[in-house]
Amino acid sequence: MAEAPTVEALLERLLERDRSAVAPALNLVDDRRTEPARAANELLDRLEAALYESDPGRRRVGLTGAPGAGKSTLLDALVRRLRSQGETVGVVAVDPSSRRTGGALLGDRVRVRSSARDDGVFFRSMAARDRLGGLAEGTRAAATVLEAVFDVVLVETVGVGQSEGDVQPLVDTLTYVAQPGAGDLLQFMKAGILELPDVFVVNKADQGAAAQRTLRELEAGLGLGASHEDGWRAPVVAVSARDGTGIDALLEALAAHHAHQAESGRRAERRRQGRDAFVRGALQHRYGSHGMAALGGEPALLARLEGDANATGFGLVQELGREIEEALAKPRPRRP
Amino acid sequence: MVDKAGTDRDRPWVFRTYSGHSSAEASNALYRTNLAKGQTGLSVAFDLPTQTGYDADHPLARGEVGKVGVPVAHLDDMEALFREIPLDRMNTSMTINATAAWLLALYVAAAERQGVAPEALRGTTQNDIVKEYLSRGTYVFPPEPSIRLISDMVAYTVHAIPSWNPINICSYHLQEAGATPVQEIAYAMANAIGVLDAVRDRGDVPDDVIPQVFARISFFLNAGIRFVEEICKARAMAELWDELGRDRYGVTDAKLRRFRYGVQVNSLGLTEAQPENNVIRIVLEALGVTFSKKARCRALQLPAWNEALGLPRPWDQQWSLRIQQILAYETDLLEYEDLFDGSHVVEARTEELRKEAKEELDRVLAMGGAVAAVENAYMKQRLVESHTRRVRAIESQEQTVVGVNAFTEAEPSPLVEGEQSILVVDDSAEREQVERLRAFRSRRNQADVDTALRGLRDALSNGDNVMPPSIRAAHAGVTTGEWSDTLRDLYGEYRAPTGVSAQGAAAGDDGMQDVRERVGALADRLGRPLKILVGKPGLDGHSNGAEQIAVRARDVGMEVVYEGIRLTPEEIARSARDEGVHVIGLSILSGSHGVLVLDVLEALRSDGTDVPVVVGGIIPDDDAERLLEAGVKRVYTPKDFDLGRIMDEVVDVVEETAGLG
Ligand code: B12
Ligand SMILES: Nc1nc2c(ncn2[C@@H]2O[C@H](COP(=O)(O)OP(=O)(O)OP(=O)(O)O)[C@@H](O)[C@H]2O)c(=O)[nH]1
Ligand SMILES: [Mg+2]
Repeated sequence: MAEAPTVEALLERLLERDRSAVAPALNLVDDRRTEPARAANELLDRLEAALYESDPGRRRVGLTGAPGAGKSTLLDALVRRLRSQGETVGVVAVDPSSRRTGGALLGDRVRVRSSARDDGVFFRSMAARDRLGGLAEGTRAAATVLEAVFDVVLVETVGVGQSEGDVQPLVDTLTYVAQPGAGDLLQFMKAGILELPDVFVVNKADQGAAAQRTLRELEAGLGLGASHEDGWRAPVVAVSARDGTGIDALLEALAAHHAHQAESGRRAERRRQGRDAFVRGALQHRYGSHGMAALGGEPALLARLEGDANATGFGLVQELGREIEEALAKPRPRRP
Repeated sequence: MVDKAGTDRDRPWVFRTYSGHSSAEASNALYRTNLAKGQTGLSVAFDLPTQTGYDADHPLARGEVGKVGVPVAHLDDMEALFREIPLDRMNTSMTINATAAWLLALYVAAAERQGVAPEALRGTTQNDIVKEYLSRGTYVFPPEPSIRLISDMVAYTVHAIPSWNPINICSYHLQEAGATPVQEIAYAMANAIGVLDAVRDRGDVPDDVIPQVFARISFFLNAGIRFVEEICKARAMAELWDELGRDRYGVTDAKLRRFRYGVQVNSLGLTEAQPENNVIRIVLEALGVTFSKKARCRALQLPAWNEALGLPRPWDQQWSLRIQQILAYETDLLEYEDLFDGSHVVEARTEELRKEAKEELDRVLAMGGAVAAVENAYMKQRLVESHTRRVRAIESQEQTVVGVNAFTEAEPSPLVEGEQSILVVDDSAEREQVERLRAFRSRRNQADVDTALRGLRDALSNGDNVMPPSIRAAHAGVTTGEWSDTLRDLYGEYRAPTGVSAQGAAAGDDGMQDVRERVGALADRLGRPLKILVGKPGLDGHSNGAEQIAVRARDVGMEVVYEGIRLTPEEIARSARDEGVHVIGLSILSGSHGVLVLDVLEALRSDGTDVPVVVGGIIPDDDAERLLEAGVKRVYTPKDFDLGRIMDEVVDVVEETAGLG
């Protein structure tokens, strides 16, 4: 394979929004070997710092929902519509890995055809691997790289219930895709999916009555709950990814949420919260509660996060990780 | 004819040979010699651009024009194809699906030019879209409008061409994609129900004509090497069909419920190694569908001994025709009543198959029928799984394939010595077809063409039958590409699920541990898991090999990007780079590897993507040599049945490229 470009060169090209730097950068941030991992961290730290000040028009949108809800088909429809509006789009799609063999089948692109000849679209599929909580780490890294170059970053993950929690911190707008017959109100509440998403979609509206029913269930459920802390009330949009019905309405809802966040100052705040959640999760995943204790526990972590309001997530993980390692190394070496 | 015992011999089934290549003119000559040799029906193989609705000068047609069949772009082509073949006396089977309405329109128009009225035509359009999504791969439009086109053709032919079989429900292709007999029966029945229900519910024909429609539905079956079971399968299908006609569609006349079917015997089991053995396989398979009078096929076409090597030459096809003639005219097969009536062995197996198939059929119906089970990938996933089991059984020698995984010690075959023992279509075929097409376009009346296309569009938007405006378009000089573009515009294009699911291998010791460990160890050295792109460039729809490679790669721990059939070389190069894969595996069986592999290499080079490429498929030795010289790292053909070894070598290739070897 070709000589790996230096961090400096990659950073420069990414900040110039050079599409050809995206694939090598994504390969680098996926690399677990010591030296590449260090370089990746430096790249991500500097990229994230640069993006803090970047044009607020860029946004990250998460699509999550049960298997087969139509996320990929919807993604394809969204990409095409965004492209026709002149916006460039980067996509990360996360697919499950086999627990037993580690292998994975990344097949989503059968339904996502828009990127064929168009430089304004980039698609990277990722295997969830065995990372569980660590899933967010790889996805966040990929989203950071893509955000440097593309106007809109779309993140697709499968799941009902848990994965929203993983994705929410790394996107500006979380969209939950439900399909007709997805369940009644009670099930939505049990699965805990009513709280986090900013926009709800009932896909397959072409299926008629069943879609209407699901739409009503969701609306009823949301009517019960309070609006988000910033006063945003999550809308429910009926779409058909297949025939294109409602895609414009969905894009409007996404834009409205984006505008709401910009006006309320919520976007920056949410990115900070996302950063904090990411740092906590990554440290927990790497060093366990043992390591967290060595840092001084949750209060110490909170203090550090507050104190370093402008540090990047990737930078903090690196820095705090080093501290944890040192602390652990002092009294007795950490057992493997 | 009268035999020794003084009883009448049965009339033999129709003898067919599936053929066509290069041009309408060349294929016409071939058909006429075949008829002169005693073939009794025609079976037209169209090239892939014609089957997928592209004219010869479309970029996607590159490398495919006239290769695996005859290109038919307009009325002059169709007329040339049947020159001096009187269509009122011919029984013509056309293997055409997504563009079936159009090719039938051209056929009707050509007949009209010969002075033959549509009512006098006899034959079959394959026209089965469900099995295209599941196996054959020449679909174009989404399921719903595709079913609508089929329904239109049924409604049209039942009045206008009463002896036409507007659709041939195919289980043949399902077995070629790995289906078990139970799956073959169940999915074919589900498919037939989907079509009949659509015709009934759309109200395209009056209710009292439904029995006639039912009677016009014919089938196209496979016959594999387990020929006793195949006899039972055909009998089970006949019983189920009868039952369906009676119970679901209220067909009271038993004659109208007769199960009519044609056959092409199994090709999937025909081998590259010791290819002369294939003749014996073909004979036994032919017995499976002729032995039992009750379940005897109406028409039969046999592949040739060199099936796994490449396209058959006229002599190869003649040899297969002779098998049929000897079976029908020399043996006493046709002198007897059904040989198996009263056989409790055959009866028991038939009943077993019928019962199991009924259960699987009910499952499919419960999820909404054939179309739903295409869209949610249920049937396709079952087929890929069955095929995985077949491939593994051969690998582990649980299933014997003589000359492949057993009895491999052999004398060199005189049949494959010396010059190439296959038909090679000259590259000039493409150029000449493009020239003919351009000449045709320049001599037709453009205003007529525009009017005809507008008429077609309007008719379809209004929900009118597709056939009359298509026949008008044929006379006006519309081309295959133009007709198809009009429909593509209206209906959009579809990509079917690949059937390769995220779920991993079966548990336990599956003999893959060694490779899996290598893959795992390599991931540490690469920094991330080995990622492979399995790509199918061009119009080739043979997906079995790509699917099985993808499944195995997944099961040995690789991260696999497989995006299904029909991608352009540029799309493949682009996703290899964007996805950050370590290796690309291309699968091409249609014979267009010469052009397409080089195009992929070129696209990679111009993108600056340095990723090794391996290739598999029907690749003659000389071509393999050329591909290796062009930079391909490894080439595989059907004789490389050991997928474990292939995976091991893919790991080698990645190691070598990464300088880790
Ligand atoms: C099964 C089959 C079909 C099935 C395909 C089902 C499916 N979904 O795949 C059906 C019935 C649909 C079919 C249709 C047609 N077929 Co066909 N088919 C075959 C057949 C009998 C077997 C191929 C197969 O699936 N083998 C099993 C798989 C597992 O093996 P494989 O693909 O060879 O893969 C192995 C190796 O090659 C290698 N490999 C393959 N790909 C890759 C990729 C990588 C990365 C690696 C590492 C290795 C690798 O590893 C595999 C393991 O052993 C061959 C003849 C033969 N016996 O080989 C003809 C054959 C390929 N078909 C042929 C033709 C002409 C057609 C049609 C075009 C006919 C027509 N005019 O309409 C149609 C249309 C198909 C289309 N849309 O393109 C010709 C091609 C002629 C040529 N190359 O010159 C052949 C050779 C038959 C012949 N002699 O005429 N076919
Ligand atoms: N009727 C209808 N079907 C749809 C629509 N959108 C998607 N589908 C179908 O739903 C199925 C699943 O679609 P995908 O887009 O793969 O769904 P997904 O949520 O990405 O699935 P996973 O990634 O496997 O979780 C496919 O058969 C689609 O054709 C829609 O708007 N209407
Ligand atoms: Mg998906």
